[in-house]
Amino acid sequence: MSASGLARLGLPSLLLVLLFVAAFAIGKFPVPPHDLLAVLWAKLFGGESGVPQAVETVIWQIRLPRIVAAVLVGAALAASGATYQGLFRNPLVSPDILGVAAGSGLGAVLGIFLSLPVAAVQIIAFLGGLGAVVIVYGIGAAMRGRDPVLVLVLAGVAMGTLLGAAISLVKVFADPYNQLPAITFWLLGSLTSVTLPDLRGVLPAVLVGLVPLYLLRWRMNLMSLGDEEARALGAETRVLRILFVGAATLMTSAAVSISGIIGWIGLIIPHVARLIAGPEFSRLLPVAMLLGAGYLLAVDTLARTMAAIEVPIGILTAFIGAPFFLWLLATARRGWQ
Amino acid sequence: MTLSTDNLGFGYHGKPVGRGVSIEIRSGEVLCLLGPNGGGKTTLMKTLLGLLAPLEGAVRLDGEDVSTWSRKRVARVVGYVPQAHAAFFPFNVIDIVLMGRSAHIGLFAAPSRHDRAVAERALGMLGIEHLKERIYTEISGGERQLVLIARALAQEPRILVMDEPTSALDFGNQVRVLRQIAALARSGIAVVFSTHDPDHVFLCGDRVALLHGGRLEEIGPPETVITPDALKRIYGVEVQVVDLPDQETRTCVPEVHGLRRRREG
Repeated sequence: MSASGLARLGLPSLLLVLLFVAAFAIGKFPVPPHDLLAVLWAKLFGGESGVPQAVETVIWQIRLPRIVAAVLVGAALAASGATYQGLFRNPLVSPDILGVAAGSGLGAVLGIFLSLPVAAVQIIAFLGGLGAVVIVYGIGAAMRGRDPVLVLVLAGVAMGTLLGAAISLVKVFADPYNQLPAITFWLLGSLTSVTLPDLRGVLPAVLVGLVPLYLLRWRMNLMSLGDEEARALGAETRVLRILFVGAATLMTSAAVSISGIIGWIGLIIPHVARLIAGPEFSRLLPVAMLLGAGYLLAVDTLARTMAAIEVPIGILTAFIGAPFFLWLLATARRGWQ
Repeated sequence: MTLSTDNLGFGYHGKPVGRGVSIEIRSGEVLCLLGPNGGGKTTLMKTLLGLLAPLEGAVRLDGEDVSTWSRKRVARVVGYVPQAHAAFFPFNVIDIVLMGRSAHIGLFAAPSRHDRAVAERALGMLGIEHLKERIYTEISGGERQLVLIARALAQEPRILVMDEPTSALDFGNQVRVLRQIAALARSGIAVVFSTHDPDHVFLCGDRVALLHGGRLEEIGPPETVITPDALKRIYGVEVQVVDLPDQETRTCVPEVHGLRRRREG
């Protein structure tokens, strides 16, 4: 790796490691770094950690699943945000542009409404997100002869509104004491109830989505030139677009299925990453993922410690994200033109 | 290498823009497309590139119907220089030029050292090596046009299709690009370019096609095609075509009457 590559990736990596340690050390049951190190050491190389059982339980059963989930969801949302922004040549695009979030939301809300078990709710949320994008893509493919990117985005906006209305309808009929709070909490995003088995379900989906993004990382640049130019340069844009949309949607749906709807990360993190690494996708992607992971980990740590009750993450990301985005809009020279 | 069309009809998804266009371009030749706005120049070019499917007839490379070729195979033969545009993301100039190499790079691969060398050579040919690390969105429109030409050269094409390559350039850069086009043709590349300036046709066109209302009005050497009558017919203005003494070229001058106020001592 070149010196500039080290500098580009080194700082976000270091930040992520520090946040990881800090996330263990902060909370109702703080785990100091030396205890964490002892437990990890014992796990990796055998032997006794010498740390009380209660601390081990906190580390393995409570803190770790949540921290890993934050890292995974943050990285997945940032990666798919960077992909969608490049693909749709629009820096205002976020991972939910094609109705992913609204589709997952409707799936989850229906699951809660029907009092299904948590795992089933996650699966329906996942399928809802994928289903919404398949429909949007189908509409885009049916309307031939227009700018394919514009049609996709507009169909996505319309679909998002439609699904949002359906979510509201379910909320009207939901039991206001048992179901409505759960629905609201899910729609605002939270990592409170994430368990290790949840992660085992989501990790493969995120990795499967990441593979095409990594393999085709350089081709992604062509897509951001627009359909015609990319084709003139030799890219089969229709196939590539399906692959990129599919990969990003898979990652977003998987993330949303365990975390609920967390906005703004997929929108602003790619911007920040572009400030550091530039728009070239093979340099942008890893930086965006590291920053997304670190950011969500920081926000989640804040969400569980700032008040007596848990604050939904979606609220915090919006409170931090929106002003930051406006600042970016006003000052950033290297963001876009 | 020969690019040819036979009774080509072209347009957007069933909405015809032009028809009946038969042209042939050979290696080492410069063909200019001249015609008023809306005459179908850009649409014709996109059809030649295979970006739009022909509505009638076919585009052939050495006799083979291009519509059966993969995009990659086409891009290894035909390079495209679009009109200078503002990119959406602030790529470095070298990254933009490297994208010209994509038809030569494996699907999952990134540009190699060789690709970089080709890209840098392309920048060098246009005399813009100094822009290499500059940001594409922060350079001038003329510089962007040169970068897009460099990108097409990095494609190592046999045929180059350029959509108004001089329209965004200042006078000096216009001359530089025209010289470059002539040099490319001497090196054996076939060049098709559209222009609004008949003088550019005289300067470096071997043949010119007059495109008006989607029809090919005339095609042939500039000296026989570009006449006051033809320009009056397609542009609707009175123009004189003047031989320049000591220069082997002609120039077009609009009728002065009604343009200039009389300057009296």
